[in-house]
Amino acid sequence: MIEVKNINKSFGEKQILKDVSISFIRGKINLIIGASGSGKSVLTKCIVGLHEVDSGNVSYDGREFGGMNFSQRKEVRKEIGMLFQGSALFDSLTVEENVRFPLEMYTKKSDAEILERVNFCLNRVQLDNVNHLYPAELSGGMQKRVGIARAIALNPKYLFCDEPNSGLDPQTGIVIDNLIKEITHEYNITTIVITHDMNSVMETGENITFIYKGEKWWQGNKEEILKEDNKELCDFVYASKIMRKFREV
Amino acid sequence: MLKALHHIGKYFILLGRVFKKPDNFKLYGRQIINEMASLGLGSLGLISIISLFMGAVVTIQTVAAIDSPLIPLYTVGYATRQSFILELAPTIMCLILAGKIGSNISSEIGTMRITEQIDALEIMGVNSASYLISPKITAALVTIPIIVIYSMFLGVFGGWLVGAYSSSLSAEDYLYGLRWDFKTFHVIYALFKTLFFAFIITSIPSYHGYYTRGGALEIGKSSTKSVVYSSITILVVNYILTQLLLL
Repeated sequence: MIEVKNINKSFGEKQILKDVSISFIRGKINLIIGASGSGKSVLTKCIVGLHEVDSGNVSYDGREFGGMNFSQRKEVRKEIGMLFQGSALFDSLTVEENVRFPLEMYTKKSDAEILERVNFCLNRVQLDNVNHLYPAELSGGMQKRVGIARAIALNPKYLFCDEPNSGLDPQTGIVIDNLIKEITHEYNITTIVITHDMNSVMETGENITFIYKGEKWWQGNKEEILKEDNKELCDFVYASKIMRKFREV
Repeated sequence: MLKALHHIGKYFILLGRVFKKPDNFKLYGRQIINEMASLGLGSLGLISIISLFMGAVVTIQTVAAIDSPLIPLYTVGYATRQSFILELAPTIMCLILAGKIGSNISSEIGTMRITEQIDALEIMGVNSASYLISPKITAALVTIPIIVIYSMFLGVFGGWLVGAYSSSLSAEDYLYGLRWDFKTFHVIYALFKTLFFAFIITSIPSYHGYYTRGGALEIGKSSTKSVVYSSITILVVNYILTQLLLL
């Protein structure tokens, strides 16, 4: 479980996050939704420590992240996997080398064991015969899957996904959503997904937090979101015609 | 002024992170070898062409400048050797490398920054500054002095080619001049300052790349800034070291 307590974050004069407190549940897909510029990505970067918070705290299964020194944070980070919006694969390394990277960095496994784990992770995301390709030779969907394979290589306890299906066609987006859902349940991971794709929300939303202008505005699940009549939330959820029709039905 | 101090402070803080103990020596060693191949071998072609032609041109210019029959022709070989050992090989070649390697490093690390590859390293708990920058500095400290020695040899060889194939200078005179009043300390001085330049060529562009924000436009700006600042720093450090070591 990841707990965020009273987080505030400003860049210069502009306050991005205002007293945000959220609990992210283990073994479930925790969605953070909100319009562009609402502070979702900043919130995630604060949770993983890429941005220092101005006040408040984040704890990973009771371990307070804010008060940790560099080496303590490093230990927590070994338990974190992250899928970035643009995949963030190392473009000078092949697919295999990308997935090998965390294993070589932090384990004392033999080459054969590492290769076995790499192939397992790539099979898990349904990628075969791509070991020696470079990221630039892959489609967007394949890059995301390699990103997931790399993220799960060290058996993470926490998985962060920043807009996992942005830039993908709807079918591939669903494949990625399902992969994240399966991996979360299979390995009992605390998964946090940032998205503004309502298809993903309706597909995977087990614990949804709506961020509006840097504040936690609403929290619930996918069934509750449809019954909600909060104006700001409804403006976001029912922005598209399809969702409006869905509500009418 | 305050902005300059801010950058200098940030540069030294980054260096503090760069020289922390590597997370994994095996990966670090592999990175150093890759960087040596990329920084060293990748620059040999350019350095060869420039050194050969510069050596030839310096020789021709020196021959042309000698009007008086009282000045022996072997001074041409001496002048070419001294020019190459003291200044052309260490300083000019490093200025050229600052353009080639510096812009390459800055845009490579800058691209990694804006495509979140550096964030990905940080999330994995890797000290990204140490992993990305330290092997480049180490590789440059090893390969650039070798490139400079190579440039010294090719420069004087370029001059010899002119001597051997021109009517105004004999190859014997040129070779005699090359050996005349040779001081080993000058080579040591050249290599000593090359070490400083190698550090500058890699660390300043790495700093600009590492703190790139924005998109493709900013990568270009970082790359330009890194070449400008590393060139200026090389010139200033060259002056200070020359003043300290040669006078």
